[in-house]
Amino acid sequence: MKSRVAYFGVFTALALIFSYVETLIPFHFGVPGMKLGLANLIIVIALYKMGVREAFLLSVVRILLSGFLFGNYFSIIYSLAGAFLSLLVMAGLKRAEGFSVMGVSVGGGVFHNIGQLIVAMLVVETFSIAYYVPALLIAGLVTGLLIGIAANEMLKRLTNLKL
Amino acid sequence: MKDGLKKKDWILIAVILCVAGLTVLVHTFIGGAGTNRVIVKIEGAIEGIYSLSEDREIELNGGTNLLQIKNGQASMLEADCPDQLCVHQKPVSLNHESIICLPNKVVVEVESSANREFDAVTN
Repeated sequence: MKSRVAYFGVFTALALIFSYVETLIPFHFGVPGMKLGLANLIIVIALYKMGVREAFLLSVVRILLSGFLFGNYFSIIYSLAGAFLSLLVMAGLKRAEGFSVMGVSVGGGVFHNIGQLIVAMLVVETFSIAYYVPALLIAGLVTGLLIGIAANEMLKRLTNLKL
Repeated sequence: MKDGLKKKDWILIAVILCVAGLTVLVHTFIGGAGTNRVIVKIEGAIEGIYSLSEDREIELNGGTNLLQIKNGQASMLEADCPDQLCVHQKPVSLNHESIICLPNKVVVEVESSANREFDAVTN
């Protein structure tokens, strides 16, 4: 039980560092809000290694910390909405069986973007941002797949990490 | 843990791609014009902003002009000025196209939502 708390701390630190590394990489595709989502790698691993509740907590802690450090008020709200929806879908897909880590991650990536888009619609009060839906769907698919492949490789090598 | 993508993963990816494709189709065929809006200015002051996606008729400037929005296009139906230039102008729907009625100082300008800037960036 004690090591669980320690691992949670390590995971939080890792997720935070990934968030920071991501702000250093210029990764712009013309659509606002598009990014690789490196921190999601840690969230996916936490989801498989620790469980839904821990992954959720980790996600919230990560977003609040990185939001206060590197972002602003808006980025926290956007990220929270995205993370909430994303985790909900990932937990559902994981429970549904028959999906690999990549599938779960793809679902998470896509719904992360959808969550952010919903908040954006509420903030700007127009539905015309739906214009971004296809771009964000494809982006979520690609980044989710990349993160999923990385998470899959990591989970294969972390078999002796029992939490 | 088995390697590679499973059958359900492929189904999920296919569904996402289909939805993305569908939304693109919807945007190009139906919603394309709906993403734009018109800004009505009278003597330089913004009087109203109307979406081009819903059909309606709007009285401007206390009744001197009548603006019609139909099928994603805006046109001036009536004007009480003598030259009627704005009434004979073709309907506008594309970004920065405008109908201007000089005698009544009425400007109807189309603004594309795609060109609007966002002031917050997510991290």
